[in-house]
Amino acid sequence: MAEAATAARPRRWEGLDRATPVWLLAAAALVGLILMPLGWLAYMSVRSDGGLTAAHYVRVLGDPPLQKALWNTVVLALWSGLMALVIGAPLAWLTARTDLPFRRSIQSLVMASFVTPPFLGAFAWVMLAGPNAGYLNRLYRELTGAVDPLLNIFSMPGLIFVVAIYTFPYVYIMIANTLGLIASDLEDAAGILGAGRFQVARTITLPMVLPAILSGFILAVLQALALFGSPAILALPAGFHTVTTQLWSFFQYPPRVELAAAFSMPLLLATALLLLVQKRLLGRRGYAAVGGKGGQRRVVALGRWRHPALGVCLAVLAAAVFLPYGILLKAAFSRAWAQPLTWDNFTLDNWSFTFLSVTTRSAIVNTLELGVLTACVGAALATLLAYVTNRRLVAGHQVLGFLAVAPVVIPGVVLAVALFVAYTRPPFLLYGTLWILFLAYLTKEMPVGYSQSDATLRGIHPELEEAGRILGAGRFRVLREITAPLARSGIIATWCFVFIGVIRELSASIILFSPNTKVMSVVIFDLKEEGQFGAIAVLGVFMLVMTFVIVAVMQRLLGRDVMGGRQAGGAG
Amino acid sequence: MTHHRLVSLLLALAMALLAVEARAQDPRLEAARKEGKVVWYTSLALTSSEKVAKLFETAYPGVKVEVHRTGSQRILQRMMQELQANIKNVDVVHTSDAGHYVLLKEKQLLMRYTPAGVDRFAPGFKDKDGFHYGLRATVNVIAYNTQKVSAAEAPRTWKDLLDPKWRGKLVTAHPGYSGVIATHVLALVHLHGWDYFKALAQNKPMLVQSAVDPSGVVASGERPVAVDGGDYTFYQVKKKGNPVEIVYPKEGVPLVVSPSAITSFAPHPNAAKLFTDFIFSKDVQQVLADTEGLYSGNPQVTYPSDKPRLSDLKLLSVDAEELEKRNEEIKTRFVEFFGA
Repeated sequence: MAEAATAARPRRWEGLDRATPVWLLAAAALVGLILMPLGWLAYMSVRSDGGLTAAHYVRVLGDPPLQKALWNTVVLALWSGLMALVIGAPLAWLTARTDLPFRRSIQSLVMASFVTPPFLGAFAWVMLAGPNAGYLNRLYRELTGAVDPLLNIFSMPGLIFVVAIYTFPYVYIMIANTLGLIASDLEDAAGILGAGRFQVARTITLPMVLPAILSGFILAVLQALALFGSPAILALPAGFHTVTTQLWSFFQYPPRVELAAAFSMPLLLATALLLLVQKRLLGRRGYAAVGGKGGQRRVVALGRWRHPALGVCLAVLAAAVFLPYGILLKAAFSRAWAQPLTWDNFTLDNWSFTFLSVTTRSAIVNTLELGVLTACVGAALATLLAYVTNRRLVAGHQVLGFLAVAPVVIPGVVLAVALFVAYTRPPFLLYGTLWILFLAYLTKEMPVGYSQSDATLRGIHPELEEAGRILGAGRFRVLREITAPLARSGIIATWCFVFIGVIRELSASIILFSPNTKVMSVVIFDLKEEGQFGAIAVLGVFMLVMTFVIVAVMQRLLGRDVMGGRQAGGAG
Repeated sequence: MTHHRLVSLLLALAMALLAVEARAQDPRLEAARKEGKVVWYTSLALTSSEKVAKLFETAYPGVKVEVHRTGSQRILQRMMQELQANIKNVDVVHTSDAGHYVLLKEKQLLMRYTPAGVDRFAPGFKDKDGFHYGLRATVNVIAYNTQKVSAAEAPRTWKDLLDPKWRGKLVTAHPGYSGVIATHVLALVHLHGWDYFKALAQNKPMLVQSAVDPSGVVASGERPVAVDGGDYTFYQVKKKGNPVEIVYPKEGVPLVVSPSAITSFAPHPNAAKLFTDFIFSKDVQQVLADTEGLYSGNPQVTYPSDKPRLSDLKLLSVDAEELEKRNEEIKTRFVEFFGA
């Protein structure tokens, strides 16, 4: 950070650079991408035939069912965040600082939970813990003879549970990352001065990771606020709405886009505020001990707690990975998912139906096209922007950096409402084409892509580029022949992050698709509404396999744990 | 297994016959081939609609059917959303909400077209102005899982479902998604008033979306009793060997006739006409009755022996104009009672 600031001071001649239009274009693209839809959204929320009005706000905020949806979202987000913390923090400590067996495998499995599309998890948990047909509940009844179910997934606690098991990795990553940076010196010092192990943890370790804990919590809350798929699958059958499902239902015929726009605002403000708090927390992190590289990190011996601790980790991973994946696989090969997988119940029909169906085939093609296109454009744009901001190539580069991560505060459904408003009218008629989905994905993935590229470019010292410039090469040539090769693996990682983000996207797609531009997640959601469990399971397994192939490619190319890359991205 | 094989054999035979007949007769085929495809927005269950599409593609090689299957209300929403963005995509629109056709006709979005052979259809299947015709019909029924509920204790009437013993054991589909259910709700409001649904909501039914879904929920045992849903969906899961039984309540069963029409802006008008004639032909109507368990407006169509005749049932019909007018009310009040 520091060296980039001193070495890359803007110089006069850079203003005359042949490449300047490119930087300006990248900047303009970003501004258009984010400010135009949000501007439309704000305008729509106060628009009326006779000028401006606050009527839409009065209506959405005064309507009891809508108030209830708001309240449900608050409950869901806070409890999910809390639960994610309760799960994620101990797991992070156990894998980062103790002699827990199978630490590496556990870390990889947390990664698996991280990349699992939350709506697939929710769907799998319907089969696991539906109060009557759910696999676990039937098992419980058989074992105990009880009448009441053990778990009812169609309830607020059920929803919180499912959301938490797929958001805890955010907490985990933040904390594991910080713990990995804290040297044991201070803890040792406290130990020498006579503090017990517990006292050390409370007075030394905890305060140092507190900012990471809080900010992980906030990240988890942000995720829970923005989710659409899990509430749609678990809350609607139980008869309650959250803000995101309510926003989506505003689009039923006749669509009430103005109300949707007004109702988006509380969600947008909440996420913006939370992010601001998180930035403050991380920004104030003045502990010299965190961030340095020196010092040793000593492994804490768990002693007789080793195996119970391993048991806890496995239980969490069973809930997030083993059980859901298992039931999806089973359903993919079953005629009736609720029956045992006997020879009679075994079938390949789900596979042939799914892959012969024109609808799903075209959805798979659309998804892959969008994934590749968004990943290519996104990685290029993110790298360019990170380059511009890191090397301070245009005035106002700080604003660019801010804008690039700003979409984090825009929940997918809200972004979709904004894009829908902006691009269903002249001069930009994009609804009905893949381009509107492309714009949504590009905007949504920009924060991840930018953070990743930013971290990559920070690691590349400008002096090599400067040597190139002194020898007479233009900015472009330097970028092509020096910077790009150095940043290669980082750029590929960016590509992969964006691609994974795109193929699982549901919350924006569900509003922006048209019958010709369905993507896999939308088809899965459609099939869910029709109760086609087998076909959903097949598509879900397919989607997971695709994701893991990409992750494997990424790991191989980067030669390190992908979460490390994500950490750098998240923290940067 | 043998039953399955017999059906596929019959299907293949029907397809071959249809193909020969069609090729010999239709002069519009060339025009349709030039258009290349027909775009069909349909609320017919995905497996059924893809089957119909395959039959057509076999009968008329060179003309593809693009099937877009979702709930009736979603179809209307998408179509209107597309038109607002000036996208003219759909050729043939088929939903289970007769009210939609009142609206579409009023907005002049339908083409006046009478498919061959529908003149002999029952009166309830024909639009008096000739814009749309009933492609299929179903009735809403109660269904239960025979492993969880004995025949003796099973509900027999709509009002039986209000018994507190069914609390937490029911499943309903949603009028905000399904035209079959919107029609059902209005018919029962006529019969028992909105209080019926208010009381039903006290039993906390699980809410699913499509009228197809309750059959799956009951078959899996997640909820033992369905309070609505097209009888053909239960018929199908029963045929597949699931422990499901159908009850036709004596107070009457809401009849849902699902119209089909060509749009006034159809980008592939010839293919659309060809396709419409095809789906209303006696052979396809017979296939829908045999393999899907649907009812047809064609009096010559015969039904499986284990299905009641429409004439044997007390049918509750709903006026399409009223359905259109009260669409908003139906959805709003349902959400008010059931929560989502």
